[in-house]
Amino acid sequence: MFDPVRVARDFPIFSRGDLTYLDSAATSQKPSSVIRAVEDYYSCCNSNVHRGIYRISEEATELYEKSRENISHFIGSTDPTGTVFVRNTTEAINLLSYTLGRKLAPGDEILLSVMEHHSNMVPWQLLRERGVVIRYADIDSDGKLDLEDLKSKISRKTRIVSLTHASNVLGTINPVSEISRTAHEASALFILDAAQSVPHMPVDVRSIDCDFMAFSGHKMLGPAGIGVLYGKQDLLSDLPPFMGGGDMIREVRLDGATWNTLPYRFEAGTPNIEGAIGLSAAVDYLRNLGMEDVRYHEKDLMSYVMKRAEEIQDLIYYGPRDPEIHGGVFSFNLGDIPAFDLESELKGVRRPESSHELHPHDISSFLDQSGIAVRAGHHCAMPLMTRLGVQATSRASFYIYNSRKDADKLFIALENAKKAFAR
Amino acid sequence: MNDEEISVEAILDHYRNPHNYGKLESSNASFTEFNPICGDTVHIQLSIADGTIQDARFVGRGCSVSQASASMLTDLLKGKKVEFLESMTEPEFLGILGIKVGPAREKCALLSLTAAKKAVKGAT
Repeated sequence: MFDPVRVARDFPIFSRGDLTYLDSAATSQKPSSVIRAVEDYYSCCNSNVHRGIYRISEEATELYEKSRENISHFIGSTDPTGTVFVRNTTEAINLLSYTLGRKLAPGDEILLSVMEHHSNMVPWQLLRERGVVIRYADIDSDGKLDLEDLKSKISRKTRIVSLTHASNVLGTINPVSEISRTAHEASALFILDAAQSVPHMPVDVRSIDCDFMAFSGHKMLGPAGIGVLYGKQDLLSDLPPFMGGGDMIREVRLDGATWNTLPYRFEAGTPNIEGAIGLSAAVDYLRNLGMEDVRYHEKDLMSYVMKRAEEIQDLIYYGPRDPEIHGGVFSFNLGDIPAFDLESELKGVRRPESSHELHPHDISSFLDQSGIAVRAGHHCAMPLMTRLGVQATSRASFYIYNSRKDADKLFIALENAKKAFAR
Repeated sequence: MNDEEISVEAILDHYRNPHNYGKLESSNASFTEFNPICGDTVHIQLSIADGTIQDARFVGRGCSVSQASASMLTDLLKGKKVEFLESMTEPEFLGILGIKVGPAREKCALLSLTAAKKAVKGAT
């Protein structure tokens, strides 16, 4: 039986005793085993990888490569050379936009959605200067991806479909296998932003059949500064280099260079060795819990959160009402927080003192006084805020160490915030 | 109540019942400042004659700190010389607000001052 209270005991930070951490969509906390793995590496065999012809360098290289195999296996890949270590999801997507972008011609289209995080939007927008056209699939009123709209925007011009697996604001879990098929039928590449899914549910790159996938270690119990770009072997082999430097080359002459094999071609410079080892320990921890059980726990918790949310007057929350397609992310507002419109404001359409809204910043500051950490703002999804017609939202995100008790604390504090700020 | 609690009460008071909210018909200097991090917005309008701020009003939307500071600033500026506004430093203004804000919310507190300074700069 999955017990979040027991899980929390594995995380030293909770020994503070004063922390209700509801911001795991931003970054997760770390269990002792991950912290220890990083410490052990530095204590036992710190040295550079793929270089030294001496024992500890061979040991470090083996640890680093075993970590790659372990992480690759965790996402259902059978070929560790398709698992490239990068800094984070953002770097992985930038790598793709830079390398794939060089093959695109003016008029080629890239299809995204309005629910994307800036990291799966801005790297593609950079290609507009090459004449590449960026299109966006819309969402429906429930915060689900509008599949009809998405399909209507795929054409022969579509070269890439890049989509989030789970929204960091709406919590929406997208039907990515279906979208992958649709993209492939149009001969487009399918790229998956899995930053909010790999930490929270079973993800299998083969059953989804994505061409590339990106995720970050720090959101899944691992250290900051390590992430993964997964790619199908033949597609990765086809890409030009991203960054030049050590380790990514086979041979360098004064008039040029040839490239190393995969995955090293995309790992220029000394890599984040401790990060890879720490992420591998994180994967061990999650595998031991069981990703099916992790997902079930979050689904159960979200059902409870949604039920509690209905009891609070003026609480508006975003994203699907069906917990089957809603991850552990709960974005909400107390009262309506519409985008600011100067003209109507100057006309005096709405008087501030008569409104019931409570701004996300005030909510998060107030919750902080009770040791509850939530996020407030646009969550790196400004176009989505615009689409929702809000200035900002508060967001509580849940993970393996959160229980119904944490949700209760949140809702009690929200009722208190309403009283404290009542006009 | 300690000093800090009194200040928090003062902020909440301005937030609940903002002073000088709405359109200033005689405005000849205005600016909209916006904090992209959280979307907090303050639009300051000033009526300036002979180097003196005759009147000040604002409209905006955002957290209590950003809106209360605009309310307090517009109160403060009425009848003051433009130089008073121009020479006011950020620490001085935070001192006048009288609340302790962490680095994350300092921008909220300073939004109205930035807007007012930019309004004057644009007015010439």
